[in-house]
Amino acid sequence: MTIGADLVPATRNALSLLLLAMADDEFVIGFSDSEWTGIAPMLEEDVAMSSLAQDELGHAQALYRLLAEVVDDGRDADAIAYDRPPEGYYHARLLDHPRGDWADTIARRYLYDTADAIRLDALAASSFEPLRDLVGKIRREERYHLMHVTAWLERLGGSPGEPRDRLVAALGRLAPDAASVLAPLPNELSLVMAGVIEGGADELDARWRSKIGPVLGRLELPMPPALADPATARTGHSDAFRSLWGEFNAVRRSEPGVTW
Amino acid sequence: MTAPAPGAATAVDEAAVRAVLAEVPDPEIPVVSIVDLGMVETVEVGHDAIRIELLPTFVGCPALDAIRTAVEERLAGFGRQTDVSFGYRVPWTSDRITAAGRDRLRRSGFAPPGEETCPLCGSANVATDNLFGPTQCRSVRYCRSCRQPFEAFKPV
Repeated sequence: MTIGADLVPATRNALSLLLLAMADDEFVIGFSDSEWTGIAPMLEEDVAMSSLAQDELGHAQALYRLLAEVVDDGRDADAIAYDRPPEGYYHARLLDHPRGDWADTIARRYLYDTADAIRLDALAASSFEPLRDLVGKIRREERYHLMHVTAWLERLGGSPGEPRDRLVAALGRLAPDAASVLAPLPNELSLVMAGVIEGGADELDARWRSKIGPVLGRLELPMPPALADPATARTGHSDAFRSLWGEFNAVRRSEPGVTW
Repeated sequence: MTAPAPGAATAVDEAAVRAVLAEVPDPEIPVVSIVDLGMVETVEVGHDAIRIELLPTFVGCPALDAIRTAVEERLAGFGRQTDVSFGYRVPWTSDRITAAGRDRLRRSGFAPPGEETCPLCGSANVATDNLFGPTQCRSVRYCRSCRQPFEAFKPV
């Protein structure tokens, strides 16, 4: 069944890219989080990161299902999620960075969760009802992710010496790609005009900066710079991502069409 | 109560279906049913089919397939096709858990959502040990009075 069939083709294409961007973001960060299962710095974080991963993969699955109905080209959610070459993924470059140490993970998650929250807020009254309904549910779960990661950011940032030094170094490594989550998507104006999303990329970026500014300022941590090239915010993926790709679709590739 | 044996089905109404659904346990916390959790949004008894709309407690809940199968099995006795769907049109919130459900959770050692006391000894001297827990809907707490860890249903 095609949904969103009442949208003009340009808007539907833009909607597909928005859904793909959101789904790939959640999928990739979910898998990255799951890499901590068993080796996080403390037992509580083994549990937390595993639960976060489960939430994110659930969000990704629901978004891929919605995308499958919008593009209606015979692929199901699993086919979209797994059967693409690495360069076909559309997640933000922020999520291309390797897992790194705990500070890298916290810094990346903080930058991602805060940007994702702004994106979800802008979709809360979407004219595209299936997305609005799903986002209404996802936001309730993401609130916990934001509480968790903000507490860790404050804990590392407020602990002089190695914890803070590592956090500062991690934010420095991520800085060039920090603003990639809210970078403009092709033809995003049509989504704004159709009421699918409330606000264009520049506006969302400004909202994000006003949200994280006071937190980073209080901790005397640097604000992320603007993206050097917004056009490459979701392309040209890293070797770290290629390695993750090799992991997350290993089962799918070993037995094509398998279900479990 | 259980549905009548196949072939014996005569009158089916919404109340009868809901009574059967009240016996379908949550796979992750079996002391409560899907009715206790407030997951059952609509029950429509049509001429040929019984349509059930359930609300997932969490988007990525891995128990949904098991719940769908259990509902289909329990309702098979009514002798009609059963259509189970999951939707987000109405978001499930922890406020949907019934008073009976909250009571069952408490008696099994889970703090119901929003309750800030230890389900084991009633003390208010409790701390959050982990916002996350063994399943998506639970967090881990610690009671400083009876010195026991316990789990709490997350308010969402």
